[in-house]
Amino acid sequence: MLAWTIYFSFAAALALGCLPERRAAAARRLALLAALAGLAAAVAGALRVAPGTVAVLADAAWIPSLGIRYQLAADGLSVTLALLTGLAGVAGVLFSWNIERRTPEFFALYFALLGGVYGVFLSQDLFLLFVFYEIAIIPKYFLIAIWGSTRREYGAMKLALYSFAGSALVFAGMLILYVAAGARTMNLPELAAVDFPRGLQLWVFPLVFAGFGVLAGLWPFHTWAPTGHVAAPTAASMLLAGVVMKLGAYGCLRVAMGLMPLGLADWASPVLGLASWRELFALLAVAGIVYGALAALVQGDFKFVIGYSSVSHMGFVLLGLMTLQITGLSGAALQMFSHGIIAGLLFAVVGRMIYDRAHTRDLGALAGLQLGAALPFAAVSFTLAAAAAMGLPGFSGFVAELQVLVGAWRASPVLAVATGFGILAGVAYSIRVLQRAFFPGPAERAGNPPPAAPLVPAPITAPERLGAVLLITVSVAVGLFPQLLLRWIVPALHAPWFERLLQGGRL
Amino acid sequence: MNGAAYLELLGQVAPETVMVLTVLAVLAADALALRELSGPYRKLLLALIGSAGCLVAAGWLAGFPADANWLEGVFVSDALARGVKIGLLALTAATLLLAVETGPAEHPGEYAALVLLAALGMLFLVSSEDLLMIFVSLELTSLCLYALAGFDKACPRSAEAGLKYFLVGGVSAAFTLYGFSLLYGVSGGLRLEEVAAALRQSGGQPVFILALALAAIGFAFKVAAVPLQFWAPDVYQGAPAPSAALIASGSKVAGFFVFARILSAGFADTAIHREMVLLLALLAGASMILGNLAALVQSSVRRLLAYSAIAHAGYLLLGILAVPRAGLAALMYYALTYALAALGAFGVVALVERHTGGSSMTDFDGLRRRSPLLSLAMLVFMLSLAGIPPLAGFFGKFYVFATVLQTSGLGGLPLALVILALALSAVSLYYYLLVLKRIYVQPASPLASKPIPLSLSGALVLVLALLVVLLGCLPELLLRPLASGAAIH
Repeated sequence: MLAWTIYFSFAAALALGCLPERRAAAARRLALLAALAGLAAAVAGALRVAPGTVAVLADAAWIPSLGIRYQLAADGLSVTLALLTGLAGVAGVLFSWNIERRTPEFFALYFALLGGVYGVFLSQDLFLLFVFYEIAIIPKYFLIAIWGSTRREYGAMKLALYSFAGSALVFAGMLILYVAAGARTMNLPELAAVDFPRGLQLWVFPLVFAGFGVLAGLWPFHTWAPTGHVAAPTAASMLLAGVVMKLGAYGCLRVAMGLMPLGLADWASPVLGLASWRELFALLAVAGIVYGALAALVQGDFKFVIGYSSVSHMGFVLLGLMTLQITGLSGAALQMFSHGIIAGLLFAVVGRMIYDRAHTRDLGALAGLQLGAALPFAAVSFTLAAAAAMGLPGFSGFVAELQVLVGAWRASPVLAVATGFGILAGVAYSIRVLQRAFFPGPAERAGNPPPAAPLVPAPITAPERLGAVLLITVSVAVGLFPQLLLRWIVPALHAPWFERLLQGGRL
Repeated sequence: MNGAAYLELLGQVAPETVMVLTVLAVLAADALALRELSGPYRKLLLALIGSAGCLVAAGWLAGFPADANWLEGVFVSDALARGVKIGLLALTAATLLLAVETGPAEHPGEYAALVLLAALGMLFLVSSEDLLMIFVSLELTSLCLYALAGFDKACPRSAEAGLKYFLVGGVSAAFTLYGFSLLYGVSGGLRLEEVAAALRQSGGQPVFILALALAAIGFAFKVAAVPLQFWAPDVYQGAPAPSAALIASGSKVAGFFVFARILSAGFADTAIHREMVLLLALLAGASMILGNLAALVQSSVRRLLAYSAIAHAGYLLLGILAVPRAGLAALMYYALTYALAALGAFGVVALVERHTGGSSMTDFDGLRRRSPLLSLAMLVFMLSLAGIPPLAGFFGKFYVFATVLQTSGLGGLPLALVILALALSAVSLYYYLLVLKRIYVQPASPLASKPIPLSLSGALVLVLALLVVLLGCLPELLLRPLASGAAIH
């Protein structure tokens, strides 16, 4: 059933690509239908995957002479992320209801991207995974370059080149592992069972991890993320922050760490006070958390704030991975899901509800517009989303970040304290934008006189309300009942594949 | 050799014979019957006769496969050579059909005949393991291609392209011949096997290195690899579009095949293996770097394709490193799929040129609106050249790089080259995306906004795009025949 998510998406992309340009309304309906079908397939398929098992969804010979198979399978991690993709897909369509230019093409690219994402999460064959991973790159470029806003062509090209450079690193790592394993198989569990020499793992691991890390917003390779998110149309930023960055994190966990657990072991001798790649990447993750939060604190453009906050939140995922503990790892997986939902909502509010109406994202200008009164629904949505992003209890972000922090504390108290500082900065930037954009006091308004005619925005439409309610509900549901997802995630991390990882070196 | 043997030989070279007859038929038909017809019909009929000849020859190759080795290597036929020949014939037929709309206006009969003769040279080139025969076939192909490059007499750029191609080609052919003569002088034989045997006995005399390096110059010219790449941008830009397409596709495939054959027979497991590998690695690395970096700043799509061709020659040279192992199949998969994409891209360029008047980047502005199907085809070709899955170019890269990494005894060299190639292919995405940006993002200029009607060439381009997608999704279709051929080889 889960495999249908991929087929639905690509079929929708094909059908939408064939629609003539003027059939915008039909394209929207078809897109919503396809996204719902994808979500339904993801939910129905997820329910059939018993926790702790791996469900094989498809298995056929593809390139037999090279041992490459068309193999799809789902464990708890795949299920969680496929559900996220389904939800983000539906929400993205709802928030793109106002795309009027080249509508069928927009949705065709959107679904090509979505299909690639589903494919990565469900691939059991490294070659297939990589194929889907790269399929996702090109639609992103066009979505941003054609329908984007601020410096769209620059942002789109930067994003495409960063992604492709990252995937070139992954490509190199994949080739090396394939050849080192005898060039017989690309099957992920089989490759994971191969004992690659420690020396090989130690230098291929950082290659692959950094390659996937580029897409996960690993500091200092994160710079594509703010510019790309800002330039992208709303639905594309939602997908970018919501699921595409997760592709990177998923690849880091499944491929880099899953296949090369010894790459995390200590080096022969410490370099610059660091003893292993694990310490280095943990440090970079914390740097990302703190840097992203501090950068978000000083942005004047509303969307840049959210863009940098994504870098910060993805730092939690990478830090969770580097704890090599079940608490930290499951926190990372949960954070992937949670951030996917929350970032989607934040971008939807900023890009769709506000920017499409006020035509500015400048926090100073927004302060003069009285948005809190003019768009109460947007204000409420953003307040809830910001609360979730800060990690207030009751929202999904809280459970996820708490687990990551606990894992990090067990591994290294120093890093945990630094992370705590990042969380504080996170609270600060969230409250800052909340106040500036929606509830400005006299101080903020002083320098920004209200426009001559008060802004009378178009009311929030039904699709927007639906999308926001969907995302908030999911975030709250997971926040209150994390077991909903953890019941899949935790057993999946106890699979033999990851067991070896949990026994990796200490930080 | 008695009469019966000659009859048998005629059976073996039937495809080549068919091609000769087709050349004559094209010339005769044009001279006797088609002069009176109006331009388009005359060209169409000529192209149909020519492609029919290619089809018969290819059909013969597929239908009556028979291994042969005549006169000790003068004419060799095996599964791999037959597969490559079928590919070459398909590329030739596509070139002929493309020329109906976009070829030079005058002398279509001679034009078609020259294309067919060039193809004939390529067929013989693929089938010979004899130095003299290789040289003669090489020259047959090259001379036809020189004429094809300069065929458009009304266009000074075409004349310049022809002259440049001819001068560089002539010099490099002289180098090759000199290299061959040295090989003959030292080994006393013309057959590749004899040369290789002498090489093994000699234990690596420097004169062998010199001879092979000189011979390699000729092939570097043929495939547009550094240091003999500088003709490519001018020729690709100035030559009539179908000529450029043939130079970029068929000529390259044949060149790489025979290059790989000489090198795999010539220096595998010999004392000078290491030196030759270093030489090749140097050429490959330099071609990849120069091609990819120079392509970044081009404003003409034809020149961009030329530099991209140089870069791809680099990737393919990398594949030659792996040839002594089972790398020949990987190399030929890459070369054939590259040829499909390059031919298709030239087809699109030719059609845009015809309807817009130029082939600079700006002429592609808003092509999406003028011809959605051509734009889609160009998207496929560009992304395949960039190596994006699930297109053929991606799988070709994967297969070639994987075989290169499996070559042993060269230390870290293969790995370093593969990493260089991957890094540069990330660079290459930039310029391919620039073309696509023109097509899909930029609005059409008001001067050229008329839709481009779908024509025979347009349909042909679409078929090529479909093939690129199909071979990328199901590489086994091409891989199985090639791999079985390479295994026998």
